[in-house]
Amino acid sequence: MQMEKEITVTINGEAKKAKVEPRLLLVHLIREDFNMTGTHIGCDTTHCGACTVLLDGKSVKSCTILAIQADGKKVSTVEGLLNADGTLAAIQEAFKENHALHCGFCTPGMMMRATELLQKNPNPSEDEIRWGISGNLCRCTGYNNIVKAIQYASAKIRGEALPSTEPIFV
Amino acid sequence: MIPAAFDYAAPATLNEALALLKKHGDEAKVLAGGHSLIPMMKLRFASPGYLVDINNIPGLSYIKEEGGFLKVGALTREVMLEDSEMIHTKYPIFIDASKLIADAQVRNMGTIGGNIAHGDAANDHPAVMLALRAEVVITGEGGARTVPIDEFFFGFYSTAVQPGEILTEIKIPIPAKGSGGAYHKLERKVGDYATAGVAVQLTIDKGTCTYIGIGLTNVNAIPLRAKRAEDVLKGNKITDALIEQAAQFAAEDCSPSTDLRGDIEYKKALVKVLVKRMIHKAMDRVK
Repeated sequence: MQMEKEITVTINGEAKKAKVEPRLLLVHLIREDFNMTGTHIGCDTTHCGACTVLLDGKSVKSCTILAIQADGKKVSTVEGLLNADGTLAAIQEAFKENHALHCGFCTPGMMMRATELLQKNPNPSEDEIRWGISGNLCRCTGYNNIVKAIQYASAKIRGEALPSTEPIFV
Repeated sequence: MIPAAFDYAAPATLNEALALLKKHGDEAKVLAGGHSLIPMMKLRFASPGYLVDINNIPGLSYIKEEGGFLKVGALTREVMLEDSEMIHTKYPIFIDASKLIADAQVRNMGTIGGNIAHGDAANDHPAVMLALRAEVVITGEGGARTVPIDEFFFGFYSTAVQPGEILTEIKIPIPAKGSGGAYHKLERKVGDYATAGVAVQLTIDKGTCTYIGIGLTNVNAIPLRAKRAEDVLKGNKITDALIEQAAQFAAEDCSPSTDLRGDIEYKKALVKVLVKRMIHKAMDRVK
């Protein structure tokens, strides 16, 4: 029947080996084998996006991918977002400055999703941002400030004047 | 939620994959994007004993026009449709459909082939493919065979793909000059299945409708082509009265079931509205 297989996954730039059952989900590999608990398990049904990571640069929901599918691939998680000099990445600074989190549970997934969104489209419209993060749920209903944070990160990445960080109250 | 135990292989060639599928027979399932299969396995609705992961097989992911067909490799991700300039300009019906499939993360993984091979009438590409009269290329150890989309869906999760075979390509006849198409589904929220969805593809030649395809999503046991509705328009000048009649027939001929998305009457009314809107939108896009 089922046998454990050895895989190698490059996570945040570091190659790691693990012995996995084929049925192990990527999110469990990251959290339990690699002890990186920044990637969250929310709904566990591909809806909420809390488990979003980058797999070879593309944002994916790690609760719906087998760990063994990441064999030989690169995974990026929230733990790897910091700039090389230890300062906050633009998207992290943006979330911090714009009050874009309340409880913080959705935040790692939101930031990983936003990272790919801004890589593909560095200057998205508000509609493109809202559509782009439609697979990430925030139950503190913090979307306005999350959208504002992604706009802030977009300006920061493009070297443009940063928008106001005054929170939006509705 | 953890799937039941299974064994796994990720072959590097199509021939190896076909040999593994043959060897493991009914126990084996093909893993492509995995975004229908893995959730079903986590919920233990499916417990295959063996997964053949085809993601490492080169040459199954492409979008190209060739020999009178638009050819889409089975492993083409939804996101590749969205990112394709050719699809945006020449086949916007796919953008309509693709944009409404789940969310960006799912579209980074989910494949066109899987969306069809899953055999779920709630999926979106089947209706579009019915409207476009696509052909499905199915490959087994004995070679490839081509099945018209009208003969592809047998029943719930049941298609023309037999054990030991892999859906490898979808071929869409390149529409004639004067063609347009559109798709829309009503979804309660991002990521939900369609309450109802309608795809319309048509060709207008000198004012006459020379081609019409109407496909319906999630209002029937299998993806449904609204043939009686098509017959109303085919060969005629499209008028508001004929559009009304076609939409009425589509609503009469589908068989939705009552669920938490709505009752039968509501869904049939929705089909009628969407058929009318998609015919107009397809006509607006004619070029």
